[in-house]
Amino acid sequence: MTALADFVPLRTAARQKPWLGLVLPAAVVAAWEAVGRAGLVPVELLPTPTDIVTAVGHLAATGDLWHHLAATSVRMAWGFLLGAAAGTLAGALTGASPTARAVVDPTVQGLRSVPSIAWVPLFILWLGIFEASKIALIAVGVFFPVYLNLMTGIAQVDRKLIEVGRVHRLGRIEMVWRVLLPAALPSYVTGLRSGLGLGWMFVVAAELMGAGEGLGYLLLDGQQTGRPTIVIAAILLFAVMGKLTDLALAALGDRLTAWQDTVG
Amino acid sequence: MALLEIGGLVKSFDRVRPVLGPLDIVLEEGRLAAVVGRSGCGKSTLLRCLAGLEKPSAGTIRLAGAPVRPEDVAVVFQEPRLMPWLTVAQNIGFGLRHLPARERAAAVGEALEVVGLTEAARLLPKALSGGMAQRVALARALAVRPRLLLLDEPFSALDPLTRTAMQAHLLTLWQHYGPTVVLVSHDMEEALALADRIVVLDGPPGRVVGEFSPGMPHPRHRSGPHFQRWRDRLIGALEQRPRLIDEVRDAV
Repeated sequence: MTALADFVPLRTAARQKPWLGLVLPAAVVAAWEAVGRAGLVPVELLPTPTDIVTAVGHLAATGDLWHHLAATSVRMAWGFLLGAAAGTLAGALTGASPTARAVVDPTVQGLRSVPSIAWVPLFILWLGIFEASKIALIAVGVFFPVYLNLMTGIAQVDRKLIEVGRVHRLGRIEMVWRVLLPAALPSYVTGLRSGLGLGWMFVVAAELMGAGEGLGYLLLDGQQTGRPTIVIAAILLFAVMGKLTDLALAALGDRLTAWQDTVG
Repeated sequence: MALLEIGGLVKSFDRVRPVLGPLDIVLEEGRLAAVVGRSGCGKSTLLRCLAGLEKPSAGTIRLAGAPVRPEDVAVVFQEPRLMPWLTVAQNIGFGLRHLPARERAAAVGEALEVVGLTEAARLLPKALSGGMAQRVALARALAVRPRLLLLDEPFSALDPLTRTAMQAHLLTLWQHYGPTVVLVSHDMEEALALADRIVVLDGPPGRVVGEFSPGMPHPRHRSGPHFQRWRDRLIGALEQRPRLIDEVRDAV
């Protein structure tokens, strides 16, 4: 009892004061700026935050920033949509049908342990070096968490709710649509969020393997031209994009699963 | 007229030792019957066979002379088992998907009114008390207008005051919708307060060891001498089961 009573106000406090999450990054940035200005670290290796902001401002002014952001976002959107769609189909099928799970899951689990970069040569051979191979790589990253979370979410739906569906004579498809998928929604949202996170990791891998535009290209270009401000700016832009898209997905998930009787 | 006819019903899960039967029970249309017995005597298994959730190992279950059609039966379980993502009104309409929207809304509205939850129509299950949630479950079952309503210890998880209120609700609903009801309970007083036919099971394997028809009008006052006499008789029945059937025959 004590543990739960202590826990609930903590969660509530964090929710009511979102600025708490900004304290640590703000402190790090301030310390970083101070260290740079004091000349404790050579700025050629670690430029100060103001240098980076200036560089980003310059990229924005020339239009390059929007160009690279758009290129990465479009790749990410396609990869996420395709990976999530495939993960949803496969997860729903294997979650709802033990036979399908027995046939499909061992293979998928085997493929899951292949490191992402190992797919790169194959995708380039199959799909060429342009967009298709990059999108395929992102989709692979998104697929597995979506698949796994939806499958386990459905397989763990309370038998008692399934019986309610049975006494109301739901057919197989109706059972999936009206009972299993809604009940598995919290787990599915978790899968989508993990998939999105992996998608952002894979988009970097995809763009590092050769791209003419995008944040990954910016990273590589910064390294090759000896401009750490650009490298760090690209890293921070990845962080911002990843966080913003995750916030959007989390907000959507919270709306869709508001029926849950949980303290969070 | 006999509505429900159970003949030679046997259920075994391991094909070695049955948990139920053979059972023969005939129930007339419109009756509210209670099946009582100790925990583990097979009464819930009987109900699950009637609901189509378990396949009988042997025997027949017929409703109005024909095999049971799933659309004729509705079930209320021990827990409300509401879909947590649906509102109260959507939960009540869960089994009405084949109806046109207008008829569905009318049926849901009627059920909400009968269980006194019109104000709660848009609430989610997480906002309901245990008693309210079970009223929604009752309304969901009755909204499909089943010929046979099966209740599996529906009030056993509720506090005594709520339980008594829910029993009164059940009587109102029974009178309003008029289904034949089979109530499984381990609570003798509940059976006596509600049922006009009481089947006593003992087991395993679950067998009928007594059948009573307490001819008391509703509402039944638990403190009345008639009620007390019937209660003592029921409890005695389970304590001395070998002599029971003869005793009951004498009594009837």
